[in-house]
Amino acid sequence: MKLVHRDIDKGQGAVTLVPEEPEDMWHAYNLIAEGDSVKSSTIRKVQIESATGSSTSSRVRTTLTITVETIDFDTQACMLRLKGRNIEENQHVKMGAYHTLDLELNRKFSLRKVEWDSIALERIEQACDPTKSADVAAVIMQEGLAHVCLITSSMTLIRAKIDVTIPRKRKGLVQQHEKGLAKFYEQVMQAILRHVNFDVVKCVLVASPGFVRDQFFDYMLQAAVKTDNKLLLDNKTKFMLVHASSGFKHSLKEVLQDAAVMSKICDTKAASEVKALQQFYAVLQAEPAKAFYGKGHVQRANEAQAIESLLISDRLFRCDDVKQRKEYVALVDAVREAGGEVRMFSSMHLSGEQLEQLTGIAAILRFPMPELEEEEEDEAEQE
Amino acid sequence: MARHRDIRNLDYEDEYDGYDDVYGHSVDDDYYISPSNRQFIYNRETSRDSRFEHADDIQEVDEVDELTDIQKAKLNSCMHEIKNTLGTVTISKANLVGLILKYQFNIELVVNAILEDPQFETNDETIKNRGASLTRPSVVDPVPTFVGKVVTSTTTNVVKGFNLPSRDAKLPPKVLELTNKDLTHRVNSTPNAQSPSSGRGQSPASDRVTPECSEGEEKVGRPDLKVDAEAVYKKERGLGKEHLYMVVIGHVDAGKSTLMGRLLCELGQVNKKTMHKYEQESKKVGKQSFMYAWVLDEAGEERNRGITMDVGRHSFETKNKEITILDAPGHKDFIPNMISGAAQADVGLLVVDATKGEFETGFDLGGQTREHALLVKSLGVNQLTVVINKLDTVSWSKDRFDEIVQKLKSFLRQAGFKENNVNFVPCSGLTGQNLIQPPTENEILEWYDGPCLIEAIDKFTSPARPVIKPFRFSVNDIFKGTGSGFCVEGRIETGLINIGDKVMICPSKDQSAVKTIMIDDASKRIAFAGDQATLTLSGLEIQNVSIGNILCDVHYPIPVSNKFEARILVFSVAIPITKGYSVILHHQSLAEQAVITKLISQLNKSSGEVEKKHPRYLRKNSNAIVEITVSKPIALELFSECKELGRVMLRVAGTTIAAGLITRIISAN
Repeated sequence: MKLVHRDIDKGQGAVTLVPEEPEDMWHAYNLIAEGDSVKSSTIRKVQIESATGSSTSSRVRTTLTITVETIDFDTQACMLRLKGRNIEENQHVKMGAYHTLDLELNRKFSLRKVEWDSIALERIEQACDPTKSADVAAVIMQEGLAHVCLITSSMTLIRAKIDVTIPRKRKGLVQQHEKGLAKFYEQVMQAILRHVNFDVVKCVLVASPGFVRDQFFDYMLQAAVKTDNKLLLDNKTKFMLVHASSGFKHSLKEVLQDAAVMSKICDTKAASEVKALQQFYAVLQAEPAKAFYGKGHVQRANEAQAIESLLISDRLFRCDDVKQRKEYVALVDAVREAGGEVRMFSSMHLSGEQLEQLTGIAAILRFPMPELEEEEEDEAEQE
Repeated sequence: MARHRDIRNLDYEDEYDGYDDVYGHSVDDDYYISPSNRQFIYNRETSRDSRFEHADDIQEVDEVDELTDIQKAKLNSCMHEIKNTLGTVTISKANLVGLILKYQFNIELVVNAILEDPQFETNDETIKNRGASLTRPSVVDPVPTFVGKVVTSTTTNVVKGFNLPSRDAKLPPKVLELTNKDLTHRVNSTPNAQSPSSGRGQSPASDRVTPECSEGEEKVGRPDLKVDAEAVYKKERGLGKEHLYMVVIGHVDAGKSTLMGRLLCELGQVNKKTMHKYEQESKKVGKQSFMYAWVLDEAGEERNRGITMDVGRHSFETKNKEITILDAPGHKDFIPNMISGAAQADVGLLVVDATKGEFETGFDLGGQTREHALLVKSLGVNQLTVVINKLDTVSWSKDRFDEIVQKLKSFLRQAGFKENNVNFVPCSGLTGQNLIQPPTENEILEWYDGPCLIEAIDKFTSPARPVIKPFRFSVNDIFKGTGSGFCVEGRIETGLINIGDKVMICPSKDQSAVKTIMIDDASKRIAFAGDQATLTLSGLEIQNVSIGNILCDVHYPIPVSNKFEARILVFSVAIPITKGYSVILHHQSLAEQAVITKLISQLNKSSGEVEKKHPRYLRKNSNAIVEITVSKPIALELFSECKELGRVMLRVAGTTIAAGLITRIISAN
């Protein structure tokens, strides 16, 4: 994302941004809230009535400003769709008419907020950070099940899921098993060819239990030689075989914790998030009075300035309730002020998904607060 | 094709010199079917028959008063079939023979006659019927190819589609339908019986003779499902040996496959030629010590790497039992396979390596000895025989044996095995000591006089088979069989199944019919709870069934949901369980991603009382009630209703973290 213009004073004002890659749409999605006004170039179908009464409709490109009412994010296509009322009249569109803006790549948009809080500003900074972490593709597989995913710094996208039943080995019917396996590998290979862009991707992780990954890799290379597939042969070195306990998607967590993988992909957000969550669980095991989750507990810990690191899911900031968002922003600010560390989890990562299940907020404390443990977690019952 | 041939003027001898070239008639149809299986195996010609439904019976008219051998055989087979077809009708053998002879081995007519009149008075209509069937069809055109063969063999008759007289309506509809189907099925298979040369044609018929035929009173219950399931079970299985499924577990390289391979060799289950081949081949790749393991590890990958990857299966007999062994993989990565194997087992055989250091690695934290033992216990295996293997490497030291027994005993007690259900047997798989015969080495004879392995296995008691419960079958494998349809293999958890029964596949709720039932490569008409059966399903696409699905009775479908409450026992976990914890749920053969969505309460381990409501986390060795949400709906049952299908295993990152019992199923909405 490029920041073209910034005019924020005392928490009010506007910024102009140019999204450059699909991931920027995710940042924009997290940035734009209901009630903000967005100005962007768009295409609108306009009906023109001629003097004689016949009407023709034509599509015109025009620049519109809307106040956002609903936000839609398509994770697969990375499309952001904003619906709202027009607030700046022009020759084509009347005031108050509804319009849906599709934010486009490489086309600037300006965003005006009534109130810019620290989280939003941070998000802009993060989005415009030019140091790019490597894009990683990962294939998590076991016999009969494979997920092909792309891991960017703030998103894990499942691009393909291959789920086939492979006949088991049995007396005299070993061929059926082997045939099924070959077919499965073929499908996985095709999925990789279709979904992984080797120009962008620095590394392809192939993870599985047992020997599936080795078998698959052998199969793929053989097939590539047979079909003379340059793409695969040239990028052979990008493949990395690692261990995972299963072919289910959450095994990706284990893969990202793997030391060899860590060193190769350096510090993607995904890997550091996994590490942070793991640390939380470790503390919970060792000293349960120092690890808490749930808004109630975390807030009380914060009041005691006890929070060493706060894990929080970005979904909490996307809520439509302004008051709630303010509460969370205040919490984050308070933790920072007290010298604590705040880790924002992307809800598009697996660790973020898990944190969300864990109420979306968790904290590791500086000192044990056993008194918190006594209190009943009321929120658990509300659900 | 058939209708274009001039059948009447065929020179059969010429024609069938090279019968192989008959279109659409595979050589396999004639040769590779064991006579006892033949009647259940899908017959390609059956489907063709359906086009000729109006084709009349072809009767052989030349009747001989004195029974030839062939006729005797046929008589027996007829009686057997009639017996199977009819319900609980009692008829003396003499009467039956009379009727069969009277109707010239026409099963249909005999059955009709018996059904119409319990006193076996011949009925006018039946005679008419018979008369009609005796008239040879004047028009020959719709007669399929195999008619040629029929004519060449002299004594067998062929009955194709027929209508049962309306009088049969007094039978319960289900039985009627079954009877009808059954007859059609059997009778249609006849052409195959008389495979081209008449000489071969005779043998299958005589093979069908069963010992029961010699009994004075003929009485075989055609299973009326719900009422006398137990009786049927007793009838079918009461006399034979008890069938047990035994899972072989233990740490990787404990020698499970080798031990079993050796055992099978000693029992003569593997022929010498094959064994010799394995020996040569394994020598060639430099893994001669794996030669016995190759009996069970058949896939190329397994042999190359020298480890079992999927459950190997083989069966053998002991004095009192029929045992099917499920050779589970010991490697950590293949525990999912091991679980699906153990879920089908009744008893367990834990193999441990007595070699110094090896036992310790397997038994210490992270070794599979513990995990496997805990798993099989949680999967409902209560009897365990522990084999202390490779004792030859420590020169049959008694101290070593005692040490291991001591350690395992206390552990297994903790795991919940009752002391008298656990046995310990010293042996050596590779050298074959103490497997089927008492040991010969002096070093062991000095201190051991217990049973050898096969005796220990023989001592297992088989658990009760819940045959009266509604039918449940968990799918473990799906593959293309021969012929149409496809096969599913798995375990019948409860109830029983007959050929022709309708089943529902859950969670997809598709319906299908069972075409054939095979147990250990032998065709069966009926299979019971506890059996490992292969069913051929028809009326369904192979894609619509996946591993882990449950087949169930159409009238008593199994609940389907993606959310349930379970009482779990947490094993030793590195990190505590909180809500939102994502796990892999194992339920029978199924492995599915799931999330622990709520921690409802923590329980006292011994009393089961609620210790804490809504705990924040669960640490190791705790007992709790949790809510689990599975990523897609699965078929499951309450533990209280069906033990087999009410158990779940939770695994994370390659370790089993908890075992659970389903206590409440929360409906999907």
